[in-house]
Amino acid sequence: MASYRTPLGRARGLGAAKHGVGAWIAERVTAVALVPLVIWAVFAGLRLAATDYYGAVEWLTSSALNPVLMGLFVVVGFMHMHAGLRVVIEDYIEKHLTRAGLLLLNLFVCSLVGALAVFSILKVALGGAY
Amino acid sequence: MTDAPRERPLSPHTTIWRWHLTMATSILHRASGCALYGGGLILAIWAMTLAAGPEAYGMFKAVMGSPLGKVVMFGMTLATFYHLAKGIQHLIWDAGHGYNLKTATMGAIATIAFAIAATLAVWIIAGMTGAL
Repeated sequence: MASYRTPLGRARGLGAAKHGVGAWIAERVTAVALVPLVIWAVFAGLRLAATDYYGAVEWLTSSALNPVLMGLFVVVGFMHMHAGLRVVIEDYIEKHLTRAGLLLLNLFVCSLVGALAVFSILKVALGGAY
Repeated sequence: MTDAPRERPLSPHTTIWRWHLTMATSILHRASGCALYGGGLILAIWAMTLAAGPEAYGMFKAVMGSPLGKVVMFGMTLATFYHLAKGIQHLIWDAGHGYNLKTATMGAIATIAFAIAATLAVWIIAGMTGAL
């Protein structure tokens, strides 16, 4: 019996993730944004490693640039972490329930920890710490 | 004739691939990305202990400044620069360029060289600025 489905229709949904152009693009967009951010973060890390608590607070409160870039680095970095590990889980975990559980865990860990980190940066930057 | 989907292979197909530099560096890209997931969690702990106050932050600094903490941070530095360089090669591949065998191999060599050189540079700067 001849198939009336188009080649594209037959191919759709057969990839490891079953779908995912949007996720693929999001991973690349965050990667591009992270190139300058990570270079900035290395210098920030060098500064922060050489100073103590009060130096770190001073670093976060002395200008708008440091807390904003640090906040962006956390948000974009955690989005990229989520996108990357998601692909790894989709590639290697075949068992439906395990895969669904790990995908949810990845999303929840990235959302929760990322939100906690952003809140902490804002708290210090806006003067909650002294 | 049926249209039922066949069992599809998982990628990357580590069991059937012959070892060469571009496949090894691609696998390392994924491995370094997984390691940097831990790095992201350390970054979040930095922010949270800073918001919690001097005592918590002092503990964080003590753990990161311990020999084990330094080994972990050295690994994170290496993973960061490796993932950055290899990621740029992957972005060039995604744009449809650089698939020439010679170009691809040169990119893999450049990735490894950059990761080692940048990591050493950062740790030498850290030693000179009193960050260690």
